[in-house]
Amino acid sequence: MLSPKDNVATVLADLKAGESLEVEAGGKPTSFKMAQDIPFGHKFSLASIAADAPIIKYGEVIGTATTPIAPGDYVHVHNIVSARARGDLKGGKAA
Amino acid sequence: MSFLGYRRSNGKVGTRNYIGIISNAVCANDVTHWISERVTGSAPFLHGQGCTQTQPDLEQSARTLVSLGHNPNLAGVLLVSLGCESLLPDKIAVGIAESGKPVETIVIQKLGGATAAVEKGVRLAQAMAMEASAARREECPDADLVLGVKCGASDATQGLIANPTSGAACDLINDNGGTCIFGETTEFIGAEHFLIRRAATPKVGNRITEIIARIEKRVTDMGYDMRGGQPTTGNIAGGLSTIEEKSLGAIVKSGTRTINDVLEYGERPAGKGLYIVDTPGREPEFLTALAAAGCQVIVFSTGLGAPQGFPFVPVIKTTGNPNTFQTLPDHIDMFINLDNSSIPEAGQQLYKQILDVASGRQTKAESIGYGMFPNIFTVGPVI
Repeated sequence: MLSPKDNVATVLADLKAGESLEVEAGGKPTSFKMAQDIPFGHKFSLASIAADAPIIKYGEVIGTATTPIAPGDYVHVHNIVSARARGDLKGGKAA
Repeated sequence: MSFLGYRRSNGKVGTRNYIGIISNAVCANDVTHWISERVTGSAPFLHGQGCTQTQPDLEQSARTLVSLGHNPNLAGVLLVSLGCESLLPDKIAVGIAESGKPVETIVIQKLGGATAAVEKGVRLAQAMAMEASAARREECPDADLVLGVKCGASDATQGLIANPTSGAACDLINDNGGTCIFGETTEFIGAEHFLIRRAATPKVGNRITEIIARIEKRVTDMGYDMRGGQPTTGNIAGGLSTIEEKSLGAIVKSGTRTINDVLEYGERPAGKGLYIVDTPGREPEFLTALAAAGCQVIVFSTGLGAPQGFPFVPVIKTTGNPNTFQTLPDHIDMFINLDNSSIPEAGQQLYKQILDVASGRQTKAESIGYGMFPNIFTVGPVI
């Protein structure tokens, strides 16, 4: 976790579904149980994130949730999208 | 601190001492390559441009070739022209000669073809390379350093470890009176507010906004989501989900100091300090822009293991990914282990390595000659 505002954290080891990890979230140590396998360098959720809500890393918006995301869920291209350079949203073709 | 470099007649300092064999157009690449293969102490610059392009791209190609010729790592230049290409070799040669270094030109069609051109080119380059070999390194202050900063084949470790380390080294160079150049404008998307805050003047801030809007428009005009192209498939496999996430991790490699100005592709900075050059992040085009801007050394942080160097500029590969360091020892020069050091300490170690490489130590990419296929960035079609 890189900023107190973040709602996702990056793992620096491969984590298996069901494993728990303690993170200082919201100012106190909180345990998160991984809902899926999280590979090295990938992210899991620290909060309940509604569909269309922002994903925050480095204290900044890195994308938008496409589905509701629960704490411990794997967060990646399957459930978040970018808001930038989206030619497909301007009447173009989907990639 | 100081390093041992080659002081040129115009006061600039080279960290290498090559004769550049520069192709004036895509059609002269083969002869350029053959000459370079034959002459010890030469380095080729091959590319895909120089002919049948729209005017803005021809001007960009010309500007880039002239600036590459000015790079102080080159003691002299042999320009290789086919003869009928759009770019006039005489204009490029005159532009390079303004650096004060010797420049020769050969024209394949005028010399009677490739074999004759190679023979003439080898003789000219041989004489220049032998003359250049008499130059000696001398002690130069680190204020003479011009460092390029690049990241590539990124994963999620980059924004946490290798890029902040590059940023710490960049700050040291700036604080010691040197020059740093970064770019990869696509990877500013979503992080522009951090860069604009560091602009020297509101005008420079506006230029940063402009170049990001320009590249984002080029992408959206294609009518697709750019994901897969940026972030790349490899970036996504490495844990980066969106361009905003990649950008926020990428810009930290430029450190924290004031951004003096924004250069167009192929331009050289007017002064010292920190500059942006407007270019996409792909290696062949971006490393060329750094060499054209006068960089004598490049630091290239990587997560998944990018091997590319550049024909006449040493490129130092760093990674914070322990797996990449273990699996790609032929390519990685420095592993940044934050178990043993803090980011500022790692930045100091990298700074020392930059001075060492500037003084002559080979990088991994140099030692195996990886990086012989650069290119020049274009914005319009080939016509």
